[in-house]
Amino acid sequence: MGVSVADAAPSSPELLKQSGQREVFCGLTSIVWLHRRMPDAFFLVVGSRTCAHLVQSAAGVMIFAEPRFGTAILGERDLAGLADANEELDRLVRDLLERRPEIRTLFLVGSCPSEVIKLDLSRAAERLTSQFNGRVRVLNYSGSGIETTFTQGEDNALLALMPLMPSSNESQLLIVGTLADAVEDRFVSLFAKMGIEAVRSLPPRRSTELPPVGKGTKVLLAQPFLSGTSRALVSRGAELINAPYPFGVEGSRDWMAAAAAAFGVDPARVAAVLDPLVERGRRALAPHRQVLEGKRLFLMPDSQMEIPLARFLSRECGMELVEVGTPYLDRQLMAQELALLPSGTQVSEGQDVERQLERVRAARPDLVVCGLGLANPLEAEGIATKWSIELVFSPIHGCDQAGDLAELFARPLRRRQLLTFS
Amino acid sequence: MELTLWTYEGPPHVGAMRIAASMEGVHYVLHAPQGDTYADLLFTMIERRDRRPPVTYTTFQARDLGGDTAELVQRTIADAVQRFQPEALLVGESCTAELIQDQPGALAAGMDLGGIPMVSLDLPAYSKKENWGAAETFYQLVRTLLKAQVPPPGTPKPSPQRWQQEGRRPRVNLLGPTLLGFRCRDDVKEITGLLQEHGIDVAVVAPLGARPADLLRLPSADANVCLYPEVADSVCSWLERSFGLPVVRTVPIGISATEAFLKEITTLLGLDAAVEAATQGEATPGRPATTTASSSRLPWYSRSVDSTYLTGKRVFIFGDATHAVAAARIASKELGFEVVGLGSYSREQAREVRAAAKELGLEALITDDYLAVEKAMADAAPELVLGTQMERHSAKRLGVPCAVISTPLHVQDVPARYAPQMGWEGANVIFDSWVHPLMMGLEEHLIGMFRHDFEFVDGHRSHLGDGAPSMTPAADPVHQGHGALAGVTISAPEPALATAPASAGAATATATLEAPSSGVLELHWSPDGEAELHKIPFFVRSKVRRNTETFARERGIALIDAETLYDAKAHLSH
Repeated sequence: MGVSVADAAPSSPELLKQSGQREVFCGLTSIVWLHRRMPDAFFLVVGSRTCAHLVQSAAGVMIFAEPRFGTAILGERDLAGLADANEELDRLVRDLLERRPEIRTLFLVGSCPSEVIKLDLSRAAERLTSQFNGRVRVLNYSGSGIETTFTQGEDNALLALMPLMPSSNESQLLIVGTLADAVEDRFVSLFAKMGIEAVRSLPPRRSTELPPVGKGTKVLLAQPFLSGTSRALVSRGAELINAPYPFGVEGSRDWMAAAAAAFGVDPARVAAVLDPLVERGRRALAPHRQVLEGKRLFLMPDSQMEIPLARFLSRECGMELVEVGTPYLDRQLMAQELALLPSGTQVSEGQDVERQLERVRAARPDLVVCGLGLANPLEAEGIATKWSIELVFSPIHGCDQAGDLAELFARPLRRRQLLTFS
Repeated sequence: MELTLWTYEGPPHVGAMRIAASMEGVHYVLHAPQGDTYADLLFTMIERRDRRPPVTYTTFQARDLGGDTAELVQRTIADAVQRFQPEALLVGESCTAELIQDQPGALAAGMDLGGIPMVSLDLPAYSKKENWGAAETFYQLVRTLLKAQVPPPGTPKPSPQRWQQEGRRPRVNLLGPTLLGFRCRDDVKEITGLLQEHGIDVAVVAPLGARPADLLRLPSADANVCLYPEVADSVCSWLERSFGLPVVRTVPIGISATEAFLKEITTLLGLDAAVEAATQGEATPGRPATTTASSSRLPWYSRSVDSTYLTGKRVFIFGDATHAVAAARIASKELGFEVVGLGSYSREQAREVRAAAKELGLEALITDDYLAVEKAMADAAPELVLGTQMERHSAKRLGVPCAVISTPLHVQDVPARYAPQMGWEGANVIFDSWVHPLMMGLEEHLIGMFRHDFEFVDGHRSHLGDGAPSMTPAADPVHQGHGALAGVTISAPEPALATAPASAGAATATATLEAPSSGVLELHWSPDGEAELHKIPFFVRSKVRRNTETFARERGIALIDAETLYDAKAHLSH
């Protein structure tokens, strides 16, 4: 049996707070995976050409005939008050929904420009919901860069769904945070084996089939960036299960075991289900651990998954942590993860990208986890990189995925070994 | 307010980034919120740049808005100047910063920047787009740097032929190439070589690879070559007005345009006369032999018998104005294609595109709505699409081969090999890249003929399908045996069946995108008509089908039998 949360020595990571230029996406980017999770929903950004260009650049939109997200681009007329922006928005939404009758939920997504001009999207959402008479539910949230980073967009989208979740005190396990469908199925079947039958997910696969929430709900966070959502669920009576996040064998095991404990499942039964997974997961990890062990890792702030990934890569893959960047630090949601980091780990919150790059150059790590804007420039300086955006698109949760997750980090290093030009 | 699912051009500040990133020694301070740094990845990923674009963002957040964002701008400018020591500084804002009206340019003007030239960029994000932003930035930068050199009004224009008196070779500037432009890197090399062969030196290439100090030398050239009008037009016009620098405006893409370009530039510089004088007297030793159209293989390849099958191929063209207009001319005149659609997203250059379309008897499609382009493409029933990356995807959905001729780009449009579009080698590249997808189309058809695997038919075919999209999905009898793709049974007498939605996902896109004309008169093929059609070799069958259906529709013939087919054949051979 591996080291569990209880065995971990308490540690206090060194925190470096930084402010300056941030090389991080804004919350609009979350649309890229949210729209895939809920195929009956449409995400309409109310913003500028920059917003449209950002989402398409991040998503590689061109493969879709008509994607389930788009941008209502504000024009000069809207800003000058020549056209009533609300009327314009209503017209545009009517046209859109006429063309896309399959859409059941429409998210109006606020952006930096819509926030700055104080376009009231919550009133627009109410107005449109009543206009569509129940056929389509119109919700709103902000994905603006002035308020959200990258994955916080999902937090806000889930918060927008919250008022529509029915109240119920029935006992259930609620997994919160987008998972790949196959990974979700796997977790549900593992919990069933442990005797937890009522397992639901937020966001659900269909936007209209929202799980209930209430006193019997035990919330298990699948993603580490859902601060607002988890607090709102607690305020509706749900109980938050404290666990590390399900990355790697150990994290996934502890995550599932924490849920089982919350439901009072007999530890022997939990072990019977999880031990074979842990054993198999470790076998899958072994070849990648050979590549990663002893290598020095620097994580730039990006998806908010940096701390759990650093924990996985240090504890299970033997990597040495040079710096663990995170866009913001939610100590409550990260409590279990921080406790598992080697003591004295340098954690940095926020970003001043030039200074951080100076630290990268000074430390010469073996691998830097960073966004696409930084990856090739660092490679050109001779530093191996792993693009962080792949981590939000790939199925990486769970014991069965631990090997794949490690492989994502081992690949750039193996590739460097493979290439010779002399 | 306008609904956009996808956009051909980014906002204008991305155009400004293209200028800054293309040059050396220029830094751009952009007042912008968190998230706008996404634009860096266009350069580092699509262009595989080995360094970040020289842009510093203020990345303000909501909590900054309550406080002093102006102070944040000034601090960011001061830090960037100190860190990067630029030779020229651009200061501007993105869409959100425009709304808070901090006026970063004015703030920068009030700062001590140690004497470096500063350009305040005013790029209206809610009315303009990327190419405009690039052109405006280039123009403002050049104007700022050269203001002091502008001769007083009334100064006589310098003669573009003064090099003869000054005892040197003539020299020109190549203006407009940028990062994220289409094949600019290789075009510059090709045109530089071509001009060298004609005894013309290149003074300055800008923005690509230029430093601010190079821009100061622009007026020393005898003429400007406006290589990419989308970016360089306003700069060229200003240099013409202010310094009397004449502009060579022919864009040398294709054989005839390259010849016209050489004619224009040699005439302007007085090289024709000089060459004549030289050849009448002594031969000029050391002067390399000039190349001509015969230096390109395109004319011969196009005349060679193998190319006969290219005759009258229906081609749909969409892109930026420069590349779309050039493609239309090459397609119609140099390859013998039939241009069935021409359009552009470049509203600033719409006039040129309209004129080119009119010459071909077409109405130009000027739009930035890719769905409108896809619909026009489907309606035109092309056999080849020449477009941007988006048209490549649309063509894929319609099952039509495609070659990319214009921005917006994907990483594959920045090839490792030398692949210009301009000049003689550019014509070679164009011949290959436009004709190869068609060859593949033929191969695909062979595969379609001979492979009968169930899973192959059921949605696993590659993007190059049977032919033109207006063709009913079940047009080929090979597929009719395999129900999945044959969702539409064309010989069925009941109209209800004829429009029944295809069950297979693969066919749905085609069905919904069918030309609307099918709704006007419901056409049916009789069994003998169908049988006769299938005696025709497969590679011309779709064309015969289309021609026959057009013939039948024009005459109100609803049921096409063998006789109709032969009537149509006779009619069309006149």
